[in-house]
Amino acid sequence: MATLDPDEVRAPTARAVPWLRIGVIAALVVLAIGLAYVRSGSGVVVVQAVATGVLIGGVYGLIAMGLTLIFGVLDIVNFAHGSFLALALFLTFGLTQAGLHPYLALAASVPAMFLLGVLVQRGVLAGAMGKPLENQLLITLGISLIIENGLLLFFGANPRSVALPGDRGVPIFEAVANLSRILAFVGALILAGLLYLLLQRTRLGTAIRAVAANDTGAQLVGIDTRVIYAVTFALGTACAGAAGTLVAPLVTIEPTTGSLFNIVAFVVVVLGGMGNVVGALVGGLVIGLAEQLGGIYLPGQSPLLSVFIVFVLVLFLRPQGLFGRSA
Amino acid sequence: MTLLRVDGISKSFKGLRAVDEVSFEVAEGSILGVIGPNGAGKTTVFNLITGALRPDTGRVHLAGREITGHVPHQVTAAGMTRTFQLMRPFYSMTVLENVTVAVLAGGAARRTARTAAAELIERVGLGRWRDAPTEGLPTAALKRLELARALASKPRVLLLDEVLAGLVPAERAPVMELLERLRTEDGVTLVFVEHIMAAVMRLSDSVLVLDLGRVLTSGAPEEVTRDPRVIEAYLGEDPHAHA
Amino acid sequence: MTTTTDTPAAETAAGRPLPRLPWNRHLVAIAVLAVLLVPLPLILPAAQASVAVRVLIFALMSIGWNMMSGFGGMFSFGHAAYFGIGAYACAWLLVEQRVSPWIGMLAGMVIAAAFAALIGFLALRYKLRGAYFALATFAFAEMLRLWATNSDFVNRAVGYHVPLRTDSSWWWLQFEPSSPNYFWIALGLTVVALVVSVQFVRSRAGQFTKAARDDEEAAAAVGIPVMRYKLLTMALSAAITAVAGAFYVQYFLFIDPDLAFGSSVSIQAILPAVIGGVATIWGPVIGSVVMGPLNDVTATMLRNPPPALEFLQGRSGLDVIVYGILLIIIVLVLPKGIYGTIRQRWSRR
Ligand SMILES: Nc1ncnc2c1ncn2[C@@H]1O[C@H](COP(=O)(O)OP(=O)(O)OP(=O)(O)O)[C@@H](O)[C@H]1O
Ligand SMILES: [Mg+2]
Repeated sequence: MATLDPDEVRAPTARAVPWLRIGVIAALVVLAIGLAYVRSGSGVVVVQAVATGVLIGGVYGLIAMGLTLIFGVLDIVNFAHGSFLALALFLTFGLTQAGLHPYLALAASVPAMFLLGVLVQRGVLAGAMGKPLENQLLITLGISLIIENGLLLFFGANPRSVALPGDRGVPIFEAVANLSRILAFVGALILAGLLYLLLQRTRLGTAIRAVAANDTGAQLVGIDTRVIYAVTFALGTACAGAAGTLVAPLVTIEPTTGSLFNIVAFVVVVLGGMGNVVGALVGGLVIGLAEQLGGIYLPGQSPLLSVFIVFVLVLFLRPQGLFGRSA
Repeated sequence: MTLLRVDGISKSFKGLRAVDEVSFEVAEGSILGVIGPNGAGKTTVFNLITGALRPDTGRVHLAGREITGHVPHQVTAAGMTRTFQLMRPFYSMTVLENVTVAVLAGGAARRTARTAAAELIERVGLGRWRDAPTEGLPTAALKRLELARALASKPRVLLLDEVLAGLVPAERAPVMELLERLRTEDGVTLVFVEHIMAAVMRLSDSVLVLDLGRVLTSGAPEEVTRDPRVIEAYLGEDPHAHA
Repeated sequence: MTTTTDTPAAETAAGRPLPRLPWNRHLVAIAVLAVLLVPLPLILPAAQASVAVRVLIFALMSIGWNMMSGFGGMFSFGHAAYFGIGAYACAWLLVEQRVSPWIGMLAGMVIAAAFAALIGFLALRYKLRGAYFALATFAFAEMLRLWATNSDFVNRAVGYHVPLRTDSSWWWLQFEPSSPNYFWIALGLTVVALVVSVQFVRSRAGQFTKAARDDEEAAAAVGIPVMRYKLLTMALSAAITAVAGAFYVQYFLFIDPDLAFGSSVSIQAILPAVIGGVATIWGPVIGSVVMGPLNDVTATMLRNPPPALEFLQGRSGLDVIVYGILLIIIVLVLPKGIYGTIRQRWSRR
């Protein structure tokens, strides 16, 4: 990985909450919101941007948690993450067409993506474990090409959409947010919390964290690292699958939709510190905000542009992310 | 004449004082041996004076010019080159290609570089490995490759980090002879870190002892190795018996 | 880059001849291949000739990528940036300023090289490696894409159509669609790029770059100014890929932000080199020969699919699926690529 100043990469010795960092980030966020207000001159616009940003940010956080987990444990930069999300989108679309409620599709998309994750890890990626980073990067790139274009081949490029029954605008302060957006946010937070509990409180989670910290050491104490690799990768793709179903009512469903989320997830992962699961959630919220506020700062430009500007600044100024690396 | 002067350099890693106010001087054409227990800071001193690491404090002068804070390639251009304790060959290249690159970096014309590299390779006794890839080369050969590559830049001061470690006694003698000839024939000034006391005793004009990042003592080889503090630093064992 | 004659027969002190260097053999092979390929467009039917041109465009892009990421070891995931700069510089100068594409090509090379050096400087200054480096190059390419999509300066998402001429013209690089000139120009550009890459690898700069790739600290210790040579390599790599972009616009007469800066462009620069053999002279060429025709083969298949797959008629995406499968197989089974593996077997004997 990147060589960082050794003083900077230190595993958190205690589970202390980095209040100072959180304070600085909160101050920066407040400043950014203030500037947006000055720039736009309209309170409603800013509140709307903040509400939209935070809500989608939670979903970004969930996607990025999966990605960062995979990175932390398997040391793989997974370019296929977004394509698993795209698969879940199409799966959700198919199930709603068959009359299912969109959120019930979670019961299918999560296990399906988990299973696919196991298959991909065991079948393809296991052969490249421990090889140079480029090899794994290229393999996941190949997987994403296959999935994305497989969707294109079978479903065509026509955009599709999923409607949430009973979806309506909900007022938040002066702003309005769709119920589907709010539910996606809440769902993402719940799942993120569950994943966190799984990692912190269960035997499996302990094993995963042990492998992330030191895989040879974990092997010595009797952990089957091959199983952990497969399960971790699958948990990561399951996150993408869950996120896919949650955002299905919010986005136009196309084979390329996943790659947009993939890009954002990379940014979030670097921002939160590669391998840092909690950092990913916070980073998700920050990027969600950056995307919306960026639209105010740079009117007429794509909101993604501001995401990339944040990304490049973080890469150069704080490549270890906001909270440093840990798993 | 003093060729290399180091004044009070220090370096800390996360609060650990790896090198603490180290000063020494090396006269032109002399050989300085540097000894000290594992972790004493010997390699870190090399890293600091060649610019691989930036010292927290202190200055380094080479031939009267200050080189503190220069980056490694500038230090090499100024006339001081080092070898690496853990050998670092250019792994995709053969031995000849490794040395040729170094000769080119020293400013030689491309037409003559390969011939010059081949001569250097013969000189350090690597001849039979000349066209072999560096992958899979034995330690003894890699150590000599380090030496050949460092010599390619025609340094005035050569810093050697344990070039004899990992060699069986029969392999050490020719390397020691080479080092002696470098001084007498080429006038190269040598600073060498070594655990093998026989080599330190035979080659050095003076010895610098480091312990816990500080200079414990320095002086003529016989005096230094009789110093009780030096013996204690080596955990009570006789330094002559070490390694 | 200096290119003096190497001295294969020089005798060492010990009297053993030095091993022969491969560079002149590479140059001869390039010359022979070029001469053999000249009649190709006169023999091939028009459809096949356009496939041949596409192969050459792939090769150009990938020769550029290979220089930075293969020989230089800096894995770029954003060569679309340089391809796109070449394409847009050429198109903008032609459409907005009535400047010849040849000059546009040169301008594109210069701008791409400068942009690469800037990105490279930032990335090296802040010590980005591995995944971080790849992601940074990717981010810059995407930023260019987003900027072009929303900027009036380059016609937003619409992009540029090259104005059609009534006559053929070398100066304006426009001929009958079926003219063999397109192939010959692409062949000439590819040959130049290949020669440049041979001369680069044998040169001081190329050797220093390889040394820095293998071990940066050791390279600096023997006196190589690593940063300078890495930036030089990146600039040269970007300039070559920019040529591909400029030619692309003139050949397909159209460019837009996705075609220029999209991530699939970056992938198209990577794949041929990986399939053929990273950090080899011939890898990108061989990979392009494999990849170029795939598109046509799959398109033909989808036009008349076998009865069981009737529903796939007229769909696209199959070619990229095949790329993806090929990529995975190559990385798992032949990590040195086709040419790299053959060369290794050969030298083992
Ligand atoms: N880059 C670094 N980051 C953190 N600590 C370091 C670094 N380099 C050296 N150290 C520490 O500094 C101390 C001195 O190390 P150094 O390598 O200089 O010792 P040495 O005298 O060369 O030992 P040896 O005989 O084992 O080669 C050691 O405690 C080492 O762990
Ligand atoms: Mg040492």
